[in-house]
Amino acid sequence: MKLLELTAVELGKKIKAGEVTVEEATRAALDAIKAKEEKVHSFVTIDEEGAMNRAKEVQKLIDDGTLTGPLAGVPVAIKDNLCTKGMLTTCSSKILYNFIPTYTAEAVLNLEKAGAVILGKTNMDEFAMGSTTETSAYGVTKNPWNTEHVPGGSSGGSCAAVAAEECFYALGSDTGGSIRQPSSFCGVTGIKPTYGTVSRYGLIAYGSSLDQIGPVAKDVTDCATILEAITSYDKKDSTSVKREDTDFTSALVDDVKGMKIGIPRDYLGEGLDPEVKTAILAAAKTLEEKGAIVEEFDLSLVEYAIPAYYVIAAAEASSNLARFDGVKYGYRTKEYEGLHNMYKKSRSEGFGPEVKRRIMLGSFVLSSGYYDAYYLKALRTKALIKQAFDKAFEKYDVILGPAAPTTAPKLGESLSDPLKMYLGDVYTVSVNLAGLPGISLPCGLDSKGLPIGLQLIGDCFKEKNIIRAAYAYEQTRTYQHSPIAQD
Amino acid sequence: MSKQYETVIGLEVHVELATKTKIFCSCSTAFGSAPNTHTCPVCTGMPGSLPVLNKQVVEYAMAVGVATNCQINQYSKFDRKNYFYPDNPQNYQISQLYLPICHDGGIEIETENGKKTIGIHEIHMEEDAGKLVHDDWEEVSLVDYNRSGVPLIEIVSEPDMRSAEEVIAYLDKLRMIIQYLGASDCKMQEGSMRADVNLSVREVGAKEFGTRTEMKNIGSFKAIARAIEAETARQIDLIESGEKVVQETRRWNDEQGYSYAMRSKEDAQDYRYFPEPDLVPIVISDEWLQQVKDNQPELRDEKLKRYQEEFGLPEYDAQILTSVKKLADVFEATTELCKKPKKVSNWLMGETMRLLKEHDMDPEDIKFSPINLAKVIELTEAGTINSSVAKDVFEKVFSEDIDPDKYVEEKGLKTVNDEGALRETIEKIIQDNPQSVEDYRNGKEKAIGFLVGQTMKAMKGKANPGMVNKILKELL
Repeated sequence: MKLLELTAVELGKKIKAGEVTVEEATRAALDAIKAKEEKVHSFVTIDEEGAMNRAKEVQKLIDDGTLTGPLAGVPVAIKDNLCTKGMLTTCSSKILYNFIPTYTAEAVLNLEKAGAVILGKTNMDEFAMGSTTETSAYGVTKNPWNTEHVPGGSSGGSCAAVAAEECFYALGSDTGGSIRQPSSFCGVTGIKPTYGTVSRYGLIAYGSSLDQIGPVAKDVTDCATILEAITSYDKKDSTSVKREDTDFTSALVDDVKGMKIGIPRDYLGEGLDPEVKTAILAAAKTLEEKGAIVEEFDLSLVEYAIPAYYVIAAAEASSNLARFDGVKYGYRTKEYEGLHNMYKKSRSEGFGPEVKRRIMLGSFVLSSGYYDAYYLKALRTKALIKQAFDKAFEKYDVILGPAAPTTAPKLGESLSDPLKMYLGDVYTVSVNLAGLPGISLPCGLDSKGLPIGLQLIGDCFKEKNIIRAAYAYEQTRTYQHSPIAQD
Repeated sequence: MSKQYETVIGLEVHVELATKTKIFCSCSTAFGSAPNTHTCPVCTGMPGSLPVLNKQVVEYAMAVGVATNCQINQYSKFDRKNYFYPDNPQNYQISQLYLPICHDGGIEIETENGKKTIGIHEIHMEEDAGKLVHDDWEEVSLVDYNRSGVPLIEIVSEPDMRSAEEVIAYLDKLRMIIQYLGASDCKMQEGSMRADVNLSVREVGAKEFGTRTEMKNIGSFKAIARAIEAETARQIDLIESGEKVVQETRRWNDEQGYSYAMRSKEDAQDYRYFPEPDLVPIVISDEWLQQVKDNQPELRDEKLKRYQEEFGLPEYDAQILTSVKKLADVFEATTELCKKPKKVSNWLMGETMRLLKEHDMDPEDIKFSPINLAKVIELTEAGTINSSVAKDVFEKVFSEDIDPDKYVEEKGLKTVNDEGALRETIEKIIQDNPQSVEDYRNGKEKAIGFLVGQTMKAMKGKANPGMVNKILKELL
C-alpha cells in the first residue's frame, strides 16, 4: 500500500510500532510532492533538507522515548501565513517575498513539541483574502479532484496538499471560512475552533478578531488529534482563552442518540446548488437514523453576515497590513524619491488587486464620517448574529448545513466577479463573526465528481459536540481518495 | 490696541511611565543603550506578533487619575490610531480614544492671582514611537526602536488656562504629583514629559472660543512660556489686522523665538481609529481600584501642611523640602533617625543645596544615606565636632556617603575640649602675634577674629570655638 494513503494517526501508530521510520515517511511525502506539484501546486516552499534532518532528529526522540504522542514523526504542511523560524513565510504575497521570521508561531511550536516534521509551506490566497487560492502571487493551486477547478481558499494549498496526499495533514487558518470551504471543495476534513482556542501568536493577521488556526486532514480522528496538539493557553496572545475541556479526542464516539441537530432553513434557500442540498439533507437523514433529533429552524440575520463580515475583516486588514511598507522587511521598490513615494510604490507593486481592494474598503469604512454608518453598524450586526446563534444553541447541540453553496468552481471564474465570490462565503462567515467552532467534512460527490462538504457548527467551546456528530456520520462512509492521490 | 484680549490655553501632556518594561512586550525601557538592542518582534512590528498589556501601566495610569481627581473607567479599551511613519513600526499606534482609563478630573493651581482649578478632560494610555536618526552625510535615515513601545500617558486638560503663568503652575503641579507617585521622573529635557499647547485668543467677555493653534513638543517650561507669549501676540496681530487665525499645528523654534506652520486642518490626517482587536478590554475591579487608592502616597500639598504642623517647620522650609520628592524623602528619613527636623531642614536647604549647585546636580541625584546625615547632626549637637568640621565631614558624606563616626575617629577630628592644652596654644599665639594683640587692646575688636583663626589653624580646626573665645579674652 502507499504510505501517503494513511491518516496522520495511522502513520503515527506505525512509526511507534517501528513498522515505518520517520525518514521513510518524510521521504515518501517529499517524493509525492515532487511527483504531484506540477499538477497541483499546493506548496510555495518545500524544505527537503530541513525535513529530512528533522526526521532523523525526531526518530531519535521517538527511539529514546522522549516523543510518545500520536503525531510524533508525522510529516505536516503549514499554511504560509504561519511564521516558521528560519523558513520563508510569504502569505503568498510579493510584499513578503523574502521574509524569514525570527520566531515560530505558537501553534506550529506546539506541533513541533508533538514531534511534527515540517515539509514546507502551502499556497494560499494572498494574505488569506480570497476563496479560491487564485489571488496568490505565486501561482494558482489546483483541485486534486479536477485540476480545472479551484481548491477553494484561502487555505487552498493546505487542503489540496492533504487531498493530493502530498502530506499527512496540514494547518490552515480560517477568518471567514478559509479552512472549511476549501476542505469542502477538496473532499477533506477541517476544523475552525472556537475563537481563542489556538494561539494566534505568529499567525500573520488578516482579521484579528476573526482569525483562528485549525487542522486539515483526511478524517475527524486526525482533526481532533491535531486540534488537541495545537490548542494551548498562550500568554503572548491576549485573546487566548484558558480551557480545560481540550481532550477533543474523547469526543470520537460513534453515538449521536438524543443529540439535537438544527438545520437553518435560511441555509437551504436561494443560491444553494440542488445537488449540494440533496447531499446535505441526506447527511442529516443519516444522523437522524443514528438517533439524532433533527429539525429545521429559522436562524435569521443570515443575509447580514456577509456585509458585516466584509466590513469588519477589511477594516482590521487595512490596519493589520499597514506594517508592510518597505521599511523593515519584505519588498521595497527599486527606485523612489523620498519616503512617501517609497511607501506608495512598494505597496502598489507588492500587493495584489484583491488585497488592495480590501485595504481600500477597510480604510473607507473606518474613515471619519463613515465609521458609524459602516464599521459600528457591522459591529452591532456581529453582536446580533451572535445572539441569534445563542438562541439557536439553547435548543440545539449542533447546527448542520452546507459549507459552501456550490462545489468547486472552475479556475478563473470567480475573480472576475468578486461580489459573487464573496457571496460564496454565506454559510461560513457567521461562524467567525460569532466566534463559534465549525467543522467541514466530505458528504459525497456531485455529478461532476467534485466533493461536497457538510458543515457542523457548535456553540462556543463545544467542539466536542461537532466532533462527535462528525465522527458518527463519518462511520457511515469510507474515505474517498482524490484522483491525483491515486496517481 | 483698543480691544482687550484673553488667551485660552489647553494642554496635552505626554508622560513616559517609569515601568521597567514596555507597555506591550517585556523589552527594557532603559535609556541610552545601543540602537535596537531593547527590541523584540512585538515592538518592531514583526508580522504575526501580538501585544500583551503591562499591568503596571494600568496601575500608574489609575494612580495618576486618582491623584488628579479623575473618574476611573473600570471598563476601558485600547484603539488603533492609524498613520504611516517609519518610527511607528506597525504604522498604527495603540492608544485609547473611545474609552480612556480616566476622565473628568482636575487639579488646583496657585498663582499670583490666587487659587484656581484646571480641569482634566481625560487621561489615556498609549505607546511611544521609535526614534529616527537622519544621517545627512550618507543621505539615509535610520530607525532606533528602543523607545518604541515605551508606555505613555497623555493628560488632556480642559481649555481652562489663561496665561503662561497658569500653564507653568499647572505643569509644575502635574509634574510634582506624578513624581510623588513614582509614576515618572517627568524630566522635560530628557523627554519623559512633553507638552503640546493648544492656544486661542478672544476678546475679553466673549462667549465663544477663538480658532486655536497647536504647538507640539515644546522642550522646557521656559520655552513654553515664551511660545505662549509669542503665539498670543501673533494671533492678536492677525485679528487686529483683520486676518483670520488658521487652525493648524505649529512648530515653536525657541532659539529664533518664533513659530511656523507645520500642517493645517485641511491636510490633517484621518487616523481611522477603531478598537484594537488584539487586546481585550481592561476591566478594573472595585478591589483593584480600592487597592490603588489605598496605596496612594502622601502628595505634596499634604506634606506641605504636615511639615509645618508636625515638625514645626517654617512654610519656607516646607516649600523647598517638598518641592522635590527626593528631598522630602531624605528629610523624613533623616528626621525619623535624629528627631531634629529643623536641623535636618537646615542641612538640606543649606549645605546640601550648595553642594548640589556646586556639582551641577539635581536633588534627585542625592546619593548619601539619611543615617549618615543624622550622624553628622548628632556629632555636632553633642559638641563632638564643631560646625566647621561638621561641614567638612558632611562634604565627605555628600560625595562618598562615608560613615561620619568612623571618619571623625580615624581622622582625629573631635573637638578639643581640654582647657589646659588650649590655653597653652593660645598663649603661644598671643606671643607670636604682638601686632594683633596690640590692635585689640587699642579697641580694634576685629583683631580678635584673626587670633581665633590662628588658634583654630594651630588646632587644625578641632578646637571648641566658644572656649577659644573665652580663653583669648581672658588672656588679653
